[in-house]
Amino acid sequence: MYLFSAHNITKNYAAHTALKNVSIDVPEQSIFGLLGPNGAGKTSLIRIINQITAPDEGELFFAGQKLCPKHISLIGYLPEERGLYKKMKVGEQALYLAQLKGVSKPEALKKLKYWFEKFDILDWWNKKVEELSKGMQQKIQFIVTILHDPKLLIFDEPFSGFDPINVNLLKEEILNLKNNGATFIFSTHNMSSVEELCDNIALINKSEKILDGKVHEIKNTYKANIFEIGYHGYSADFNNFLPQAFEILGNVSQNDVSKAQIKIPTSATPNDLIQSIIPHLKIVSFNEILPTMNDIFIQKVNEQKI
Amino acid sequence: MKKIRLIIQREYLSRVKKKSFIIMTILGPVLMASIWIVPFFLATMSDEKKVVSVVDETGIFVDKFESTDKVFFVYEADLEKAKEDLPKEKYSAVLYVYKPSNSIPDHAVMYYSDKSPGIVTQSYISNAMQTILKNNLLISAHNISKEDYDLINRTNIKLNTEDIRTGKKSYTEIKTALGIFSGILIYFFIFMYGAQVMRGVIEEKTSRIVEVIVSSVKPFQLMMGKIVGIALVGLTQFLLWILLTFFIITSLQIAKPDVFKTPKTEQAFDAGQKIPSADQFQLQKLQNQEFKELIAGLFDINYGLMIIQFLFYFLAGYLLYASLFASIGAAVDSEADTQQFMLPITIPLLFAIIMSNFVINNPDGPVAFWLSIIPLTSPIIMMVRIPFGVPVEQVYLSMGLLILGFIATTWFAGKIYRTGILMYGKKASYRELWKWLKY
Repeated sequence: MYLFSAHNITKNYAAHTALKNVSIDVPEQSIFGLLGPNGAGKTSLIRIINQITAPDEGELFFAGQKLCPKHISLIGYLPEERGLYKKMKVGEQALYLAQLKGVSKPEALKKLKYWFEKFDILDWWNKKVEELSKGMQQKIQFIVTILHDPKLLIFDEPFSGFDPINVNLLKEEILNLKNNGATFIFSTHNMSSVEELCDNIALINKSEKILDGKVHEIKNTYKANIFEIGYHGYSADFNNFLPQAFEILGNVSQNDVSKAQIKIPTSATPNDLIQSIIPHLKIVSFNEILPTMNDIFIQKVNEQKI
Repeated sequence: MKKIRLIIQREYLSRVKKKSFIIMTILGPVLMASIWIVPFFLATMSDEKKVVSVVDETGIFVDKFESTDKVFFVYEADLEKAKEDLPKEKYSAVLYVYKPSNSIPDHAVMYYSDKSPGIVTQSYISNAMQTILKNNLLISAHNISKEDYDLINRTNIKLNTEDIRTGKKSYTEIKTALGIFSGILIYFFIFMYGAQVMRGVIEEKTSRIVEVIVSSVKPFQLMMGKIVGIALVGLTQFLLWILLTFFIITSLQIAKPDVFKTPKTEQAFDAGQKIPSADQFQLQKLQNQEFKELIAGLFDINYGLMIIQFLFYFLAGYLLYASLFASIGAAVDSEADTQQFMLPITIPLLFAIIMSNFVINNPDGPVAFWLSIIPLTSPIIMMVRIPFGVPVEQVYLSMGLLILGFIATTWFAGKIYRTGILMYGKKASYRELWKWLKY
């Protein structure tokens, strides 16, 4: 069951095409990464999902229904450029923004109190936003975004501007919300920050989707059969005992432990590698090196350039 | 609809609660009241009386100066003695008229010790001297009798105009003042509150909150909420100003009733130590007559109707321009960039203000008619015309067109606004605005 689907979205601006035939499917209760370099068309897609702008072609579905204005209250949006009214008091402002999303005033008050207590920021209620630090403002913005219990949360560059402690706090809350049934779309060009959280991704480059799927499947597709072996001793000469087709990519020593990276041919298995090493070296560790999303991202984007 | 109400409420409350609003609300009536009160105070305030000692070698001016409550003249024969007396603070100044070569004096010298006589005193003395000199020449040199001379001086035709249908006087001066005043007031209101709309949009855009808000409401709703909210702020301020001005004036009238009396005839001449001549009484009467007419003229105007029309043209004119101001705010990233787009807004308003002088001179002419019909200038020009009486059908036509104009500019500006608020980082050009219109 997909909570949100976009089919063949095309969006043209006067001079250029922002999105060309882009389709995405976001499964319910998952985290979906919308990846792509700057200017790829992520923000255009997000604005279309938020119904800020309309697509020229294509259809959008929310929980099986055609996307329409009544879904606005089911979507929460944290834009990349965070912003609040600087001169307005924190509490007043949070209340206003929640009411704009259709939450009644007493309901909003109750929920705000819960979240302000949870983040231990109750004493900020009567402060003006401009008196708060950037990190504090981000927390407020996060609370405002999720206050109306949206089914779908869209975070544009979710972790930019947060310090490591707050990033962890945020991750924790995101996972909590996910466990309680929320679905997320992350839009980012910073792969590593979202890699561990995303279940599915779509990679957009130059207005087109060039890759999508489950994160672990994509990683498996792009893995290069490279393994890392840790062993006691100093830079052993693998050429002496490795079969011909095996390729040594690196071999470095630190203290009395060395690490070697070996690429095995598709015909061989990791077991073949271990078997050929065991008689010669004292193995400390053995693991496969999977490509990071970052590597895949760079590879795919560069491929398209050529 | 509920969301627009929320936006209006926020825009209204956040402005009304501001210190600057409260200060302006209090300061406005104080300024307005002071326009009424200060002249009265100035009139009653007794300036230090200046004593001018006149040393006249020609003899033409001796005993001819009229002392007032400001300047008092004494006559001295010896210049040196008068100069000696000057530092002892007996006199403020010594006026020395020396005997000219061709018997008509054209020069006089004022000696002073510590303070230079003010420009008012100087011009009073030089005017008085000219009158005395003319007087002297006409009477003595051309044998015109004093009575004839006074008669010549008093020729002054006052034109009274009356409406043939109602038989009422038309009080043109008061209507002129009232028309120009309300036209300028509308001009200021449009700029003041229009600029507030623009600044509000820029604030939302630069603080990036706009993206959060347009994910909850339509950009058009946000724009209209802001415009209506600020219109209510304007109305609130206007009404508070009227109430407070009224309050200040009435409470002052109760506390210090004498302040509001017009300077009395006897006061003006008391100081002069000179019994006013019959002519001067005549003059005073004439002035009183004019004053009465002024008051009558003020009462002649239908204020209820005028205030209703003023409120309409204020609101509709503001609404017409406010959406344009909003679209300018959306097209730029900072207030400094607004200049280039302000011109198309400033020109029609400024043009209307400049033309209002022309319209006053001919309130029923074709220029007045067209400018009060065209929506961009009609809020100002129609207010200028209204005190003179405008045919009902013209008022309705102008109002109808103004409402249509408001709908047109709002539609037009809404399109620019919708695109502009989400464009960051670059200053738009007119060409880009044109493109945004077609999105």
